[in-house]
Amino acid sequence: MSWKLFWLLVEAARLTVLLSIISISIGFVLSSIVCAAVMSTNRAARIGGKLFVSFFRGTPLLVQLLLIYYLLPQIGLNVPSEVAAIVGMSLCTAAYQAEILRGGFSSVPKGLIEAANMCGLSKFATFRRIRLPIAVQLTIPALISEAIMMLKSSSLVSVVGVVELSRMAQDLAASTYRPLELFAAAGLIYLIINLVVAALGLKLEKQMQWGRT
Amino acid sequence: MTGLPAIKVEKLVKRFGKTTVLNGIDLVVERGEVTCLLGPSGSGKSTLLRCVALLEEANEGFIEINGMPLGFASGPNGERVRLPAAETQKVRAHIGMVFQQFNLWPHMTALGNVAEALVTVRGMPRKDAEERAMAQLSKVGLSDRAGHYPSELSGGQQQRVAIARALALDPDIMLFDEPTSSLDPELTGEVLNVMRDLAESGMTMLVVTHEIGFAASVGSKIVFLDQGKLIVEGKPEEVFGKPRHERIDQFLDTYLDRGAATLL
Repeated sequence: MSWKLFWLLVEAARLTVLLSIISISIGFVLSSIVCAAVMSTNRAARIGGKLFVSFFRGTPLLVQLLLIYYLLPQIGLNVPSEVAAIVGMSLCTAAYQAEILRGGFSSVPKGLIEAANMCGLSKFATFRRIRLPIAVQLTIPALISEAIMMLKSSSLVSVVGVVELSRMAQDLAASTYRPLELFAAAGLIYLIINLVVAALGLKLEKQMQWGRT
Repeated sequence: MTGLPAIKVEKLVKRFGKTTVLNGIDLVVERGEVTCLLGPSGSGKSTLLRCVALLEEANEGFIEINGMPLGFASGPNGERVRLPAAETQKVRAHIGMVFQQFNLWPHMTALGNVAEALVTVRGMPRKDAEERAMAQLSKVGLSDRAGHYPSELSGGQQQRVAIARALALDPDIMLFDEPTSSLDPELTGEVLNVMRDLAESGMTMLVVTHEIGFAASVGSKIVFLDQGKLIVEGKPEEVFGKPRHERIDQFLDTYLDRGAATLL
């Protein structure tokens, strides 16, 4: 396989990475809102949050992407397919991340919150200073796994016409009749990206060990 | 405020589901007194302490801190009226608490743990808060461990940091919930010494403990609970001296069996 072909794949991989980073970040912000809703004392918020999680975890990302792609123009939003892809991916990962965070929050030892309470920390201060950092620390491994899953799932956005790594490999395979090499190369690129993500995750995990070495 | 007891508990009842854990407790703790709550496990002593800290809400009865109602006030017909949260928080600010499991925040250093509320609650600039935290840590003999995370400290050191954290907020009442129960016997001494110093400085203390030796030597009053009721209360020499209450005899026997005879 020529370097030129490989370079085209790398170019497409940049889009894969970009889409993933944006979606995972938006998803994280959304997930904190969804998680707060699910854990809220407000019944309507709880139901809304649970419905969101059930829908986006319970249906395939592929179906969600197609729905969003065809739905957005219907409600008068003519956006590029990249945007539709980001919306779909963000919503989907938000549901998963919200569940991961919820698990993290419920694993924060109750005594730590009682100590904060006895020291006069307000509910919000307890959340910001105690519960959030500990929940994030507890969930980093799961959040990194989710990020890796999303990176791989981003191959699905080719259905709405975004030419990312997988789609580029497919297109090039069709035009060059060399599917084996191209898909092997694409797989290798995914693997390298995810190895980097995993390594960064491990580094972050170590940084948040707080003395336990 | 002088003259009023530091803690006054009146007809306190606490139920968990169908189980009555506290069955009408009356207790007065005077200022500067060290009251030790003793009793077998399940007697309700920790629950009583947690009610005084308002970590648990009692079902009936009243608690006053320095003469101010805690959480609930007595209405015109003696019914319980819930007080506004802000008012309750003000009353609770008089109380510091030390837990059996230390409950230090793992993501903050010893210094960070002690300084945290000074910054987030009192609004002190971090530098001033850390200075004060440092002074508090040296009082418990841990200024050289200020930069360590809880996981890098021994249990005894963690508990001393927890005591410093509570003291940094200038409480006038300190509650201790079995402060040495999760420590190795070798480490209990350092924590008890800090508590002894604190008692000598005149701090009002309510201590749930199994350390009978400590209760007998430091306690100004012993309160013995059994099955949610206050069975005996009095000065250590009255409670432990002869003749003693049958239930105390029974309780002490289990300790004497374990070779604690020398303590009494």
